[in-house]
Amino acid sequence: MATKGPVGARGPAGSSRGGNSRFAQFKLVLLGESAVGKSSLVLRFVKDQFDDYRESTIGAAFLTQTISLDDQTTVKFEIWDTAGQERYKSLAPMYYRNANCAVVVYDITQASSLDKAKQWIKELQRQANENIIIALAGNKLDLVTDQPDKRAITTADAEAYARESGLLFFETSAKTSENVRELFTAIAKKLPLDQAGPRNPRSGGRGGVELRPENTSTQGAGNTCAC
Amino acid sequence: MPLDERSTDASEHAGPTSIDTEEESDSGNHSRVDKNNNKGEKQRPPLPPRPKAGLLQSDASPNSPQSVKGLRPSLQSKPTTALSSVDIQTLSFPDGSRGTFSTPGSRLVSESVMGLSTGTSTPSGKASRAGIDMDDTTSLISYAPTLRGNGDLESLLDSGLDSPSPAWKLLSTQSEAANPFESFEYEGPSLHSFDKEFDEIEAVDTKRGNEEELLIQWKSKLKHYIILSSAGKPIYSRHGDQNLINGYIGIIQTIISFFESAKDPLLGFTAGNTRFVVVTQGPLYLFAISKLKETDAQLRAQLDALYMQILSTLTLSNLTHLFTNRPNTDLRRPLEGTETLLSSLSDTFTKGSASSLLSALECLKIRKTQRYVINNTMLKARTPNLLYGLIVAGGRLVSVARPKRHSLHPGDLQLIFNMLFEAGSVKAGGGENWIPLCLPGFNNRGYLYMYVSFISARENAENVAERPSTASSVSQEDEIAILLISAEKESFFELKEMRDDIVEQLEKNGSMDIIKKAVRVGRSSATEMVPGTPLRHFLYKSRANVQFTMPSFSPDFGSALARRKLMNLYHALHASAHAKHAHTKVIHCISTDSVSLVWTTASFEFYCIAGPNTSRAALAQGANKIIQWVKREEERLFIIGGAVF
Repeated sequence: MATKGPVGARGPAGSSRGGNSRFAQFKLVLLGESAVGKSSLVLRFVKDQFDDYRESTIGAAFLTQTISLDDQTTVKFEIWDTAGQERYKSLAPMYYRNANCAVVVYDITQASSLDKAKQWIKELQRQANENIIIALAGNKLDLVTDQPDKRAITTADAEAYARESGLLFFETSAKTSENVRELFTAIAKKLPLDQAGPRNPRSGGRGGVELRPENTSTQGAGNTCAC
Repeated sequence: MPLDERSTDASEHAGPTSIDTEEESDSGNHSRVDKNNNKGEKQRPPLPPRPKAGLLQSDASPNSPQSVKGLRPSLQSKPTTALSSVDIQTLSFPDGSRGTFSTPGSRLVSESVMGLSTGTSTPSGKASRAGIDMDDTTSLISYAPTLRGNGDLESLLDSGLDSPSPAWKLLSTQSEAANPFESFEYEGPSLHSFDKEFDEIEAVDTKRGNEEELLIQWKSKLKHYIILSSAGKPIYSRHGDQNLINGYIGIIQTIISFFESAKDPLLGFTAGNTRFVVVTQGPLYLFAISKLKETDAQLRAQLDALYMQILSTLTLSNLTHLFTNRPNTDLRRPLEGTETLLSSLSDTFTKGSASSLLSALECLKIRKTQRYVINNTMLKARTPNLLYGLIVAGGRLVSVARPKRHSLHPGDLQLIFNMLFEAGSVKAGGGENWIPLCLPGFNNRGYLYMYVSFISARENAENVAERPSTASSVSQEDEIAILLISAEKESFFELKEMRDDIVEQLEKNGSMDIIKKAVRVGRSSATEMVPGTPLRHFLYKSRANVQFTMPSFSPDFGSALARRKLMNLYHALHASAHAKHAHTKVIHCISTDSVSLVWTTASFEFYCIAGPNTSRAALAQGANKIIQWVKREEERLFIIGGAVF
């Protein structure tokens, strides 16, 4: 990153290609407590695979995936899948510093994981790119379809928090792939695809929670999230 | 200074009366605990004039030993791929043994292998080698063991078999070509439950009350590794969850602490056929329990490797800091997620690993010119922040690029290979990886950053950038990894570009296909190397290069159990060859199910095994032929020098 220049900062590198087709490349970072399913979400999104048993990520993994929003628009994600363990925390700024978007993941069966997610969101809103688009993803939806009593965080609670903080929100399952693609598509739609400028209030977030412009953030410090 | 200054330095000490005798000052015990072993080098006596036409020297690469020697004082550590300054005088079987040696007094006090017939060490560290003088005319001698290793070596080194009984000879004629371990029950440690060794023990379920049953399972394991803090907090255990073994952790802590407080640290003890070995590292107690008859030194080396894995995650500074601030620290949290690395390392030891036994690395066999092209490709693509660059295929090194002043420690590489090829997490990630890690041999106080990208050897050239699938059956043998290590934590994209460059160039100049082909072909069997050889398996370690080579385990040692038996034998042979006062160079062992030979010189260590009815002459001839083959193929089998910048 250092020597090659601010790679991520090319961020809204929306460059027109050909006649009216558009291509843009964005940097996305996944954050969240360990064992909530960050790597599984990415693997489902990038390779459409799922392993029931996964070992912890060591360090961080870098993957790319390209999606088409419509006939003309292609978005390429450069994804940093970070390890959730506490000891890697000091390295996190390296990954989110120039990120255009972030997915903060929690496990809907683990109450503490949402607290951790909230900490990450606070940190992102304080330290990351001020236009960063943040999505909150409650993973392991498959676990509660059969056993609803396993759920520790209600959809309503998480959704309310997301709305309050100006986040996209989805409950996902990397195992069944429910809402995985939707999550990333919603992010892509919210990203400033035109070179016009960093703030392109493109309404998107299909199925997600709409950001409310100028919302009053509950977070103390600094800028709230995009728009 | 690195904690594990290697003891692989082969320093020579020739006695006034013997010309041919080459001996290592320290017979190659690779335990990292040896801290003073390079003292012997400083005190080396002046060398008598001797012929300079060693066999190995004619093979030396442009980096002559002398030039490397000049650099060595500035080296932090022993190079693994560089030439080292070993003057090889002879490769014939050793004869005289009247030399005097400086034996540094840094051996493990704990060593339970005691020399019985060797001379006593004088305070100056010189020992005469009474008791093992051999007849000059005998080129190959088998003799009664001069040492006693836990008592277990007796079954392997049986003195009475030098001249087999008539009945035995009669039996031998019946099956000339019997394979090792084929027809006889193995007499070594009981391996009946080896196939269940790696089964998981389920969690304690108080409702079902399965604790008793689980404890039986737990006790039936042949090998345990337990790590705890000196305050008694459990950190890691290979088998059984915390609820199951908490009581034992308490007992272990009590025992160790009792001896610690008496300023007389406990090093190990035996109960029945089980050996318990303790390593204390600052605030950590590492504890190994083995029924596999490994020696203390070998178990200690394994525990040291586990400790290095912990340092690799945390660094020594962080570890010290944690325990200085809070002696009661629960280290499981900072180590979270690395249990799999500790377990895969443990299992590697339990399965038996030639690499860790010999403290050496294995290389992928390719032609010298091909390796030269690959080395140059690495050097050409090198970016400013690169510290080490490695291409590894199926756990075997293909090429190394390193700065002139730095080398790589086998121990560090073992940790990296374990992470990449044994533990699944990095491979399964399916992308490129950026891994902060500490390489304790390089610097145990700071992190380095490692870029890793995998390429499947099975895949077609077009699609190398991405791995095909994570859950696929691609075994570790088929994985090619490009590792680029830097001290700069923000250099991911720089190294990623370098990797793309390397892969592109390797594709273009055909090297990638060569590597993939070599990986797919795999190791050849001993018979393919030397047709008609009686040897079924061997290990050849080149001391100067800190590398080894061996044939494939199949067909004779294909199963995990057969492999463990083979490794048991190698462990026993290694132990007797490296026993404290054993300046032995040739050991010939006959047991009912195999015959084996160890041959050590200043330049190599050679271990081999053949079927039980192989004659001594045939074995010696077979060994000679293999060694000649290795010499011939040396520059293909080993990385000599590597890409140095």
